Amino acid sequence: MSTLKKINNFVELRQLREQLKKNYQESLSNEIKIIVGMGTCGIAAGANDVMKAIIDELQRRNINATVMQTGCIGMCAQEPIVEIIRPGEKRVTYGRISPADAKRLIEEHVLQGRIVEDLVVATFEEGHPDETNFYKQQRLVLRNCGHIDPEKIEDYIARDGYMALARVLEQMTPEEVIEEIKASGLRGRGGAGFLTGLKWSFAAKAPGDKKYVICNADEGDPGAFMDRSIMEGDPHSVLEGMLIGAYAIGADEGYIYVRAEYPLAIKRLRTALAQAEEMGLIGKNILGTDFSFTLHIKEGAGAFVCGEETALIASIEGKRGMPRPRPPFPATSGLWGKPTNINNVETWANVPIIIRNGAEWYASIGTETSKGTKVFALTGKVKNTGLVEVPMGITLREIIFDIGGGILKDKKFKAVQIGGPSGGCLPEEKLDLPVDYESLTRAGAIMGSGGLVVMDQNTCMVDVAKFFLNFTRAESCGKCTPCREGIQRMREILQNICKGKGTLEDLDRLETLANTIKDTALCGLGQTAPNPVLTTLRYFREEYEAHIRDKRCPAGICQDLLTYFIQPELCRGCTACVRVCPVGAISGEVRKPHVIDPEKCIKCGSCKETCRFSAIAVK
Amino acid sequence: MTNSIEDIEKADVILAAGTNTTEAHPVIATRIHKAITRHGAKLIVVDPRKTEIASKAHIWLRPYPGTNVAVFNGLLNVIIAEGLTDDEFISQRTENFEAVAEAVAPYTPEEVERISGIPAEDLIAAARLYGKAKRGIILYAMGVTQHSTGTDGVFAIANLAMATGNIGREGTGVSPLRGQNNVQGACDMGALPNFLPGYQKVSDPAVREKFAKAWGVPSLPDKDGLKLGEIMAAAYEGKVRALYVMGENLMLSEPYIAHAEACLKKLDFLVVQDLFLTETAQLADVVLPAVSFAEKDGTFTNTERRVCRVRRAVSPRGKAKPDWEIIVALAAKMGYEMNYDGPASIMEEISRLTPSYGGITYDRLEKQGLQWPCPDRDHPGTKRLHAERFSRGRGLFTPVTYKKPAELPDEQYPFYLVTGRILYHYHTGTMSRRVKGLNAIAPCGLLEINPADASKLGIQDGEVVRVSSRRGSITPAVRITDRVAPGVVFISFHYREVAANALTNAVYDPIAGIPEFKVSAVKIEKL
Amino acid sequence: MRFVSLTIDGRQVEVAEGTTVLEAARKLGIEIPTLCYDNDLSIAGACRLCIVEVEGNNKNLPASCALPVAEGMVVHTNSPKVREARKIILELLLANHPLDCLTCEANGRCKLQQYCYEYGVKESRFSGERRHFAIDDNHPFIERDLEKCILCGKCVRVCQEVQGVGAIDYSGRGFDTKVATFMDRSLADSPCVSCGQCIYMCPVGALTAKPSKGKGRDFEVTKVVTTCGYCGVGCQLALNVKDDKIVGVTNVPDSHNQGYLCVKGRFGYEFVDDPERLTTPLIKENGKFREASWEEALDLVAQKFNEIRAKYGPDALAGVSSARVTNEENYLFQKFFRAVIGTNNVDHCARL
Repeated sequence: MSTLKKINNFVELRQLREQLKKNYQESLSNEIKIIVGMGTCGIAAGANDVMKAIIDELQRRNINATVMQTGCIGMCAQEPIVEIIRPGEKRVTYGRISPADAKRLIEEHVLQGRIVEDLVVATFEEGHPDETNFYKQQRLVLRNCGHIDPEKIEDYIARDGYMALARVLEQMTPEEVIEEIKASGLRGRGGAGFLTGLKWSFAAKAPGDKKYVICNADEGDPGAFMDRSIMEGDPHSVLEGMLIGAYAIGADEGYIYVRAEYPLAIKRLRTALAQAEEMGLIGKNILGTDFSFTLHIKEGAGAFVCGEETALIASIEGKRGMPRPRPPFPATSGLWGKPTNINNVETWANVPIIIRNGAEWYASIGTETSKGTKVFALTGKVKNTGLVEVPMGITLREIIFDIGGGILKDKKFKAVQIGGPSGGCLPEEKLDLPVDYESLTRAGAIMGSGGLVVMDQNTCMVDVAKFFLNFTRAESCGKCTPCREGIQRMREILQNICKGKGTLEDLDRLETLANTIKDTALCGLGQTAPNPVLTTLRYFREEYEAHIRDKRCPAGICQDLLTYFIQPELCRGCTACVRVCPVGAISGEVRKPHVIDPEKCIKCGSCKETCRFSAIAVK
Repeated sequence: MTNSIEDIEKADVILAAGTNTTEAHPVIATRIHKAITRHGAKLIVVDPRKTEIASKAHIWLRPYPGTNVAVFNGLLNVIIAEGLTDDEFISQRTENFEAVAEAVAPYTPEEVERISGIPAEDLIAAARLYGKAKRGIILYAMGVTQHSTGTDGVFAIANLAMATGNIGREGTGVSPLRGQNNVQGACDMGALPNFLPGYQKVSDPAVREKFAKAWGVPSLPDKDGLKLGEIMAAAYEGKVRALYVMGENLMLSEPYIAHAEACLKKLDFLVVQDLFLTETAQLADVVLPAVSFAEKDGTFTNTERRVCRVRRAVSPRGKAKPDWEIIVALAAKMGYEMNYDGPASIMEEISRLTPSYGGITYDRLEKQGLQWPCPDRDHPGTKRLHAERFSRGRGLFTPVTYKKPAELPDEQYPFYLVTGRILYHYHTGTMSRRVKGLNAIAPCGLLEINPADASKLGIQDGEVVRVSSRRGSITPAVRITDRVAPGVVFISFHYREVAANALTNAVYDPIAGIPEFKVSAVKIEKL
Repeated sequence: MRFVSLTIDGRQVEVAEGTTVLEAARKLGIEIPTLCYDNDLSIAGACRLCIVEVEGNNKNLPASCALPVAEGMVVHTNSPKVREARKIILELLLANHPLDCLTCEANGRCKLQQYCYEYGVKESRFSGERRHFAIDDNHPFIERDLEKCILCGKCVRVCQEVQGVGAIDYSGRGFDTKVATFMDRSLADSPCVSCGQCIYMCPVGALTAKPSKGKGRDFEVTKVVTTCGYCGVGCQLALNVKDDKIVGVTNVPDSHNQGYLCVKGRFGYEFVDDPERLTTPLIKENGKFREASWEEALDLVAQKFNEIRAKYGPDALAGVSSARVTNEENYLFQKFFRAVIGTNNVDHCARL
């Protein structure tokens, strides 16, 4: 790594940016670039081996090319992803690359300039990636992900990094910064969607010499990974956002609270922090001004509830991560009792671009009340899983079908769970709902941190509700009665229903209990934990009733309600099923139709999987 | 206490000297904890032992045993040098400051470091902290008083408080934490050789006349009586022939037990009145069975001068009687009738004769206690003394100089012995040693010794050793801990099996007559 | 200080800014049920029983213990919606609580029992799995039955915030949460100092004073408020008496000790009924004690005192009074020596 020089003032910063930009442009016109997606998603899919194969192959063939790592590009389903840019040519994105494919890419594309069509995911002109990369996306927060090496501050600066910081320090008062953020309409991306500028103004106005800013990087929703991707792919954008926020509220110290389960994000944050410190962008008298800021990275132990502000603060203070009642809000009494402003990763990462492009520009994106873009983690039974960044107000249908490519195996869409375990399950008739804070809340879901789990026809909604309750039951901090005891009881009712032991009165009991928990729990975790139950009851009540009245699971998921039987007209008596049945429930003569003893059957499904004649049915 | 317990929570700086508050006054320790954690108060602790409050302290000064006076003078030296005195208070409310300023001048931080071992910079930091406090309170206990220079230590503390104007206001004051439940009351009631109730001097003829008249006797003795230590000595010399001990176990609580025993054995007649056949009662000619606090009515006066009711909850056990009934009966036998319906009527007589208790009656104590001075029935009691003026008018600064303890470690007896209390027992253990659970938690008296010393002597934790002084020896088990500094050992005086006072030195503060329990020299031998 | 006026259950009240709705209601004499609230501890907002309905807030039912008053606020503390929610919370607690009131030490003072009575909760609609824990009875003074614990957290807070010890804290998460010592050892193996503040705070029967166990429930005992006989703090405490025996000690909240006690004050009363108590006067004859009547013993003392005074003068007698007996007794003792014997040789062990 190059030794970084301290930047003493605004002029030096601008000079450096110009230099780096020039270097980059020059490199584009005379170097072959090979970019490997090295986010956690890429590495998990085998990007390390691909990277190694590429380097080995280049060495073996003595080819002069720049190999660069980058963060998550967003097309997680396509990982490992390799991009190749030859001077003056299009950027070509290849997906699902194996080490063997990598050698092919070098042979055909790098050496001979021939695009390997069967591996291509996308191509676009360099310089206009955002419009073409993933249809209908608008990548503001993820603008650098896939384009820079997250471990190089130079790459960030070359793409105008830290220019927003320079602008606020040079030209704006703290009040003006807050007004700018207010005017942009940016709302917290962590869940509740509180107006960020307003929140900052509370901490700014709170009396006290010592103030803190905190970045909540305790991304706990199962299936949500946008914050991790930002930290892995563009850590400096978070740092810059925090610096601007700290300047605006008058804080001189900050913490990034990041879950220990994100080792790569932690590593890249630490690298970024060390680089920023070395260049004097974090530390004393930043860019020669009076503004000083120190930043700590605090690893959390991964309790879901530590995403709640007051629990997070308790955790940083070394206490058990448990929420406390608000008020006092952290803005007046937060970390160590000092005024504290907490925003999540995505919120902070929005800040620099708002400052750079102006509030008016930002506010032009999105809807009346929900401005800008939102990053969603699109998962479940959808073709293109991954990270997508879309303008607010886009419909769920556009995200799932246009960007996500529709349901896997072209099955029928059933529901989408939005907002994580505290969110709600929305049915098909809500597909044209515009994605903004208010519409989602009205529909019984929440924006949350932006998890989107798509479910197909084979999903049992009672089972889904139970799944999320299992999660919140285990992740409740145990402090308040409704959450600690109530979730357990909701779960027991659902378990009974799934076993066919439910009654219609149970549904009333469940609904009453769910509403009471929502009304009375201490923190956001408890208040939203009943959402999966309430939304599935609201949109899929008939499915509950089928479990109760007909003792039937329409999706065929709840095992206790299934019966396996052999259709005699299809059975050839091959005895394959007899051999796999673990409990000896199947009998019959060879070459004659067999039967399953329902008393013995444990509904494991092995026979059904084994049968070559589709003779085994479930009802 | 010049102030009240609640003032601890109102102070910004608490200076706690020679008080192991957590163990000896646990409920007051909760106030210190709250002051720090809820109100952000700063705590300075002066103690040779690393007690719980020393661990919580922002500044902990660890002097060699017996060097308090030098430390307090040193604090005042710095406060004066740095201009942190409250000059307005000094000029308007006090006198003789100049003499004290002169007296503390030699006690520079460096000199105090030489005497006490406290690093000069720590002393300076502590002086600044207390000196700059808007509301500073001083708590002290027997770590200050149980020295041959105990009175000097108290004067030095008073000098500190007055020089900084930390007296008479909310959150300030000088607060001796009294060790026993009614030690304040016993003093208030004139169980002292030189005072009648309410600190009225026996040497004052008008006072004597008032009491003689009220008590229906022609006159009262006019010369000061003997202090406890002097009584013991007089017994040894045959000058005191009969002794009446009510509710004290001198055989464990007096210094140099072997000497105390010799004194008591010389008596012609010893009467002991107690709940149990204590070590002292065993030497008596007559033992009179008394009752516990739960079996009688009365009042106790606590450390903040609060007079509170004691109420009979259960009937006297066996033929035991409340002490007051026994005294009344004995007086009658000797031809003097005391006519009381009960403790309430005794209190009526007390309030008639004792100005500070003038307004204290049982009906007023029904709901809650009253803090004296409470001169009349309409007076609400006094939270803070010396608010407008000192009792004597102007507060008197008293110059004091450091004097060495009577006995210091030497080659033969190389360790300092400090004695004191533990949480789970009380005084000579007459009551607490008879509580199963307390004995389960703290079954035996342990000698605290520093790991460095233990390793030098080759002794293990829990090992039984012989501890000897010039006056006696005991064989306690050791607890190896850094609560004590190298060269210092500690043991509590609660356990008759390992009676700490077999070792202590029978030297007394010349004014208060308090024994020097906090410093004696001992040796430790492996068995 | 600024004042705020609000309406609670149709009644107007003016309180200082920063006051909570719970405190404001108490000022009006409106009792809102609480299990985890104590005015000397930090606000936990854990039990959620003190929820109220605030007009204009359609989002939820806030906990009044943690809700600061606001100008013009209109609060309903006992609306049907609030009552129903409280009932469900009680049912949730009850579903995880042994119903052994018949033998429970807390019977009669248990707040869960009291509120279930008030809200007509006979049984829980939500019974299901229950937590199971072994009883911890290794500690000499405190027995812990975590199955009865409702996790109000008052014991944790008083141990940390008042006593400054922190022997216990929450452990585990969600439904498996419990109060535990470090490494989940017995309380006897923790830094516990046996002050018993936790027992006093416990609203249910999870914490019991062991020496009092089986000796009488709250409604069976007479509470005699008195002053502790140990150190000079003079804490106010209530001796709990049944059949002329002390069976326990409870707190006296409105006192200079704020209701708090230490191990000796709370548990150190057994000596009163120790078998070694002196129950009759003793006279020593030939080096041995024999029992005597009061008449005989006092005659002997009077005779000896008279003899010695006659022979050596009054100053040959001396008295040692006590810092442990009452003021009245100290007064009479010195009066006896000064007025009857005629000497000032009277002192006590003030200095020890």
